[in-house]
Amino acid sequence: MEWDWNFVREIVPTLIQGVKITILATVLGSILAAIVGLAIALARRSPNRAVSRSVGWFAEFIRGTPLLVQLYFIFYVLPDIGILLPPLVAGVIGLGLHYGTYTAEVYRAGIDNVPRGQWEAAKACNLSGRHTWTHVILPQAIPPMIPALANYFIAMFKETPLLSAITVLELMNQAKSVANTYYRYIEPMTLVGAFFLVISLCSVVLLRWLEHRYGRIER
Amino acid sequence: MTQWSGYLGLILQGALVTIELTLMGSVLALVMAFLAGMGRVSRLFIVRALATTYIEFFRGTSIFVQLFWAYFVLPFAGLSLTPLQAGVLALGLNVGAYAAEVVRGAILSIGREQYEACTALNLGRWQGMRHVILPQALLVMLPTFGNNAIELLKATSVVSLISLADLTFQAQVVRSQTGSTLMPFVSVLVIYFVLALVISWGIRSLERRMARGLDGVRV
Repeated sequence: MEWDWNFVREIVPTLIQGVKITILATVLGSILAAIVGLAIALARRSPNRAVSRSVGWFAEFIRGTPLLVQLYFIFYVLPDIGILLPPLVAGVIGLGLHYGTYTAEVYRAGIDNVPRGQWEAAKACNLSGRHTWTHVILPQAIPPMIPALANYFIAMFKETPLLSAITVLELMNQAKSVANTYYRYIEPMTLVGAFFLVISLCSVVLLRWLEHRYGRIER
Repeated sequence: MTQWSGYLGLILQGALVTIELTLMGSVLALVMAFLAGMGRVSRLFIVRALATTYIEFFRGTSIFVQLFWAYFVLPFAGLSLTPLQAGVLALGLNVGAYAAEVVRGAILSIGREQYEACTALNLGRWQGMRHVILPQALLVMLPTFGNNAIELLKATSVVSLISLADLTFQAQVVRSQTGSTLMPFVSVLVIYFVLALVISWGIRSLERRMARGLDGVRV
């Protein structure tokens, strides 16, 4: 079978519909992952052993199991206990939770990298626990983490095709439906691959800039 | 409740397929990692360019797209693959690209003095690599290889979408036959997690074995 440019022109509008959903899912998933990761990282530092242990195990479990099965779990099991989620929401929760356990490690490393003196200075200034975090520790810990976080968000972007398995109409699902309608697989699948390749090559440049801008720790 | 033992058998069959896929995919990934990783530190420009293209291509497009491409597009090019072959091919090539960077990093992490010692002993480039550099570099690679193997294990769940009867696929079968959602998905998640634990335990004991006799050489 030959590559057909007319067919490509015909299907591009449909695929762009999918691209929008893919990007939306990535952005929402990234925001959720950033929040979940911070929450996990903070919970693991909790002085309460029961909290830090159980959150640690939970994160370990999520990280050791496939995202696809977790998506199925959210999509099929939660409705049985009365939580009915639209596919996109279920997908975003899955992505955010899964990558949240990865970003938690980034936060942990970033927080551990803040020198002890800063903690002691915060104590010496009589700052409360919350103020120590929001005004002293996190503002210093977060900028050096940005490149590593961005790295995971790009990885997440490349996992979004999994959402097609729970009927989210993102790029891969649009490509599949186009392919199944016309029984032409070459163009849609190749276009999806090319799209991901272009975005991730661009993101390499972005990452390099982020590393240049934020990667160094100024002391 | 009564037939669950039968369904559990189905899930265990799926586990066997998943294990088989993980093992075969890992072997292919290992071969590709060494080929591409050593290709990237080659003296020949063309070898370096080939290896870089391979790595960027397979890291840049997602595993999901690669798998669909291998399964749906390659037949049009006259190369029909069974789901298992397509799965092993996509998984091995994808994870191999990630692991190639590990190989490159580990080879570059070996100190200059080791290379100079090779020259001083009049070892050829290949001999030096084989007897001096790689035995030390292997130890540096192992922990990250373990992570890559777990990533591969998790990625195997995607092959259920090209109708290969792995763990995830069987969970879906059980779900559609029994209508029960919690049992299949929880048991599958637990099996994946146990497999991941087995991998990380295996890598750790392998690391301990290989570190023997290298005490004092590296920290």
